[in-house]
Amino acid sequence: MAFKGQIVIDTEHCKGCGVCLEACPMHCIELSKNVNGKGYNYTHVVNENCIGCASCAIVCPDGVISVYKVKC
Amino acid sequence: MANDIVKPENLVYTKTKVLTDNVMHYCPGCGHGTAHRIIAEVIDEMGIQDKTVGVSPVGCSVMAYNYFDVDFQEAAHGRAPAVATAIKRLNPDLFVFTYQGDGDLAAIGTAETIHAANRGENITMVFINNGIYGMTGGQMAPTTLVGMKSATTPYGRRVDLNGYPLRITELLATLPGTYYVTRQSVHTPANVRKAKAAMRKAFENQKLGKGLSFVEIVSSCNSGWKMTPVQANKWMEENMFPNYPLGDIKVDGKIAEGITADRLVVSNPLTVVK
Repeated sequence: MAFKGQIVIDTEHCKGCGVCLEACPMHCIELSKNVNGKGYNYTHVVNENCIGCASCAIVCPDGVISVYKVKC
Repeated sequence: MANDIVKPENLVYTKTKVLTDNVMHYCPGCGHGTAHRIIAEVIDEMGIQDKTVGVSPVGCSVMAYNYFDVDFQEAAHGRAPAVATAIKRLNPDLFVFTYQGDGDLAAIGTAETIHAANRGENITMVFINNGIYGMTGGQMAPTTLVGMKSATTPYGRRVDLNGYPLRITELLATLPGTYYVTRQSVHTPANVRKAKAAMRKAFENQKLGKGLSFVEIVSSCNSGWKMTPVQANKWMEENMFPNYPLGDIKVDGKIAEGITADRLVVSNPLTVVK
């Protein structure tokens, strides 16, 4: 059974530490070239491979990621 | 496509409501944020938000009370276990936890820590070990590894000058008053899940009233170690874990399987940082 997921990142509270990049098994996340109000290069989603495993959200020190998941 | 998935009924993970919406003051990539979150999730899952009191230390996590939506008490430097003892003894029905770093728990608060553990106070102690004094600028802590550079040991910690790293978790496991002693980390998803299970057990143990539960979380201090968060996590795996091996040390009042006497009383550091 396959799952399809999507993450919503609170980019204003993201500190751009990059821990979620290492945790993502599908390499969906990268650091943006843009910065948020605090001057951090926030993370953003770069492809649609997300499977909704929530690994990124679980390791995020600031808890800025929400994960949605559906069966398909 | 996006709108098909992002619906409330498809939500599988979001920040727990036990954490407030305040932006944490911790550096990017700091393990404190993840450690806060697993504690908050355990409080949420157990449904004890209105019955929990935290005690915050002095150190980076001095303002932990801004981030948890539970009752909190600030303690003097190192004295969190003493304050937690008073709260728990006066209100035995409350769930009381302390949240301390290595400078607070293993340096200035050693006496309070050891005696609270030896008295078998029925509280949960969370110990964040990053081997350095993070808040004051990266000075050597008791837990700094041999050979590890810090602001006060710029050529690396020397055994002849600075002594050995203190493994206070192993030390506490040898005391009869501790019921559950474990060492975890929060740098990968698998480790966070294990740490959360350990934290849940440590809070559940307060219902049993059999002694102190102690959870050490080996964490990185990327600012103090002068590394990026991802580099710091790798450095932690290579250098911190051989000295501070992960896993349960004491479970249900008995030394865990596979923990030898050598491991508990070993006097020499296992590895030296180059």
